[in-house]
Amino acid sequence: MSDMNVAMVERYRNNFLKEVEHNVEEGDWVKMCMQCGVCSGSCPLGPYWDHPPQELFMMIRAGKREEVLTSTSMWMCTSCYNCIVRCPRELPITHIMHGLAHYAKRLGLAPKEQPTFKFSQHFWNNLVKKGRVNELKLGLSLYFMNGLVEGIKTSLNMAGIGLGMLKTKRMSPMEMIGGHSVKDTKGFHAMLKKAEEIEAARVEKYGKGS
Amino acid sequence: MATKEYSFYPGCSSQEGASSSNYLVSVESMCEELDVKLNTIPDWNCCSASIGYCGGGELPRLTLSARNLALSEEHNPGQDVVATCAACWLATRETAERLGEDDDLMAETNQALAEAGLTFKNENKIRHMVEVLIDDFGYEELGKHVKKPLEGIKIAGYVGCQTNRPFGIEGESFENPKYLDKLVETLGAEPVENYEKKVSCCGGALAFSEPEKSQALIKEIIESAYDGGADMIVTPCPVCQMNVEVYQDKINAKYGTKFHIPVTYYSTLMSVAYGRSAKDSALGGQIIRAKQLEDIANK
Repeated sequence: MSDMNVAMVERYRNNFLKEVEHNVEEGDWVKMCMQCGVCSGSCPLGPYWDHPPQELFMMIRAGKREEVLTSTSMWMCTSCYNCIVRCPRELPITHIMHGLAHYAKRLGLAPKEQPTFKFSQHFWNNLVKKGRVNELKLGLSLYFMNGLVEGIKTSLNMAGIGLGMLKTKRMSPMEMIGGHSVKDTKGFHAMLKKAEEIEAARVEKYGKGS
Repeated sequence: MATKEYSFYPGCSSQEGASSSNYLVSVESMCEELDVKLNTIPDWNCCSASIGYCGGGELPRLTLSARNLALSEEHNPGQDVVATCAACWLATRETAERLGEDDDLMAETNQALAEAGLTFKNENKIRHMVEVLIDDFGYEELGKHVKKPLEGIKIAGYVGCQTNRPFGIEGESFENPKYLDKLVETLGAEPVENYEKKVSCCGGALAFSEPEKSQALIKEIIESAYDGGADMIVTPCPVCQMNVEVYQDKINAKYGTKFHIPVTYYSTLMSVAYGRSAKDSALGGQIIRAKQLEDIANK
């Protein structure tokens, strides 16, 4: 268990709802869920969620902390926003799912083998490096995220698609060498570092129970 | 009409050698014909789309978009910010709205931006290119520029998710938006009526991480276009375009279907209808070639 996770368990005891309200993006909306289930029925990957959004909201209120934070469920969100526009109570469900996923990762509880967990982290690392996404490196890092053998298999399997993208100049081998970048990488990195520090301090503060 | 100017956020996928570089080419041609000047935000960065949340917390993600908006305020003062990518538009507009509602987050964002010598004031509107076309021009005006009507082509307007929800286009419903159909009609082509999957999700970024599940969604989007008699599909979103176009062979192999349907951008259609060449319309960017459009462009 990560130190932060221990601190949060200590701090909130049996009040997981409060913990979510304090630490999860848009988490203060969770209590507004009226359990109608429209979100779950509207989700394009609904059948694959162990616990669809409506269920997650009830589990949060019921204090099922570990089940929620270790769940693969919120990593199934495609960000289609169907749930948001259909929710009669106007909960920003998509954002809460992203927020729960991020918080689970922050505490070291997220399922590390879940493919979207990996892809999402790869995407973030990729964009942070130069300020702009390098699609070629992102694609390759994704193919190889399950190891070398698996990576070669996936690459061969996807070769047709890659060739099509290359032929139409929608992919460039040049991205491997330099690649697109913001000019002010120094300012860009300083800015992100600061934002991360401020956010970490906020979570830390709740963790300490001040 | 006088030249219209906008502050332009092109986004990562539009760059040279990236997956929607063809979108940008056709947008530039379309804008030339409409006398629209796009002033690119200098040194813009990635918005983190809707998939950076594992590594990126709320504040770092909001700060990404706030940096673009601060640069826009500084270099393109007073201009509406326009994005062509659905995810860019969504992330940027969400940032402006959330920071507009939360003074603490706004203060924290500006604290981070100060490290890059920037300040965000939240002064301008953030719009999708489709909004510019519909609200600032309107179908009638857009129709006046048509030199080569796209006659005899039946097109399924695949609106997808992120240009439609949660913001959408003013006056359109979330469940059955009609603007693409109207645009198709304006260009002289025939829209597929009642295209059932017009707002269904293609899996978005999860097409990479959950390929089988996403391809099952994409299959239905294409099937429903064929059911409506479509010759091609048109979309306003780079992720929709790519997902629906590039996986057709994979889907055919798995499901025994025979899909081979071009998927274009609205700007591709407009560029061709406005009389621009195949090159200016970026028809070479189609992995599944849009032969009917090539014929019209080469006429």
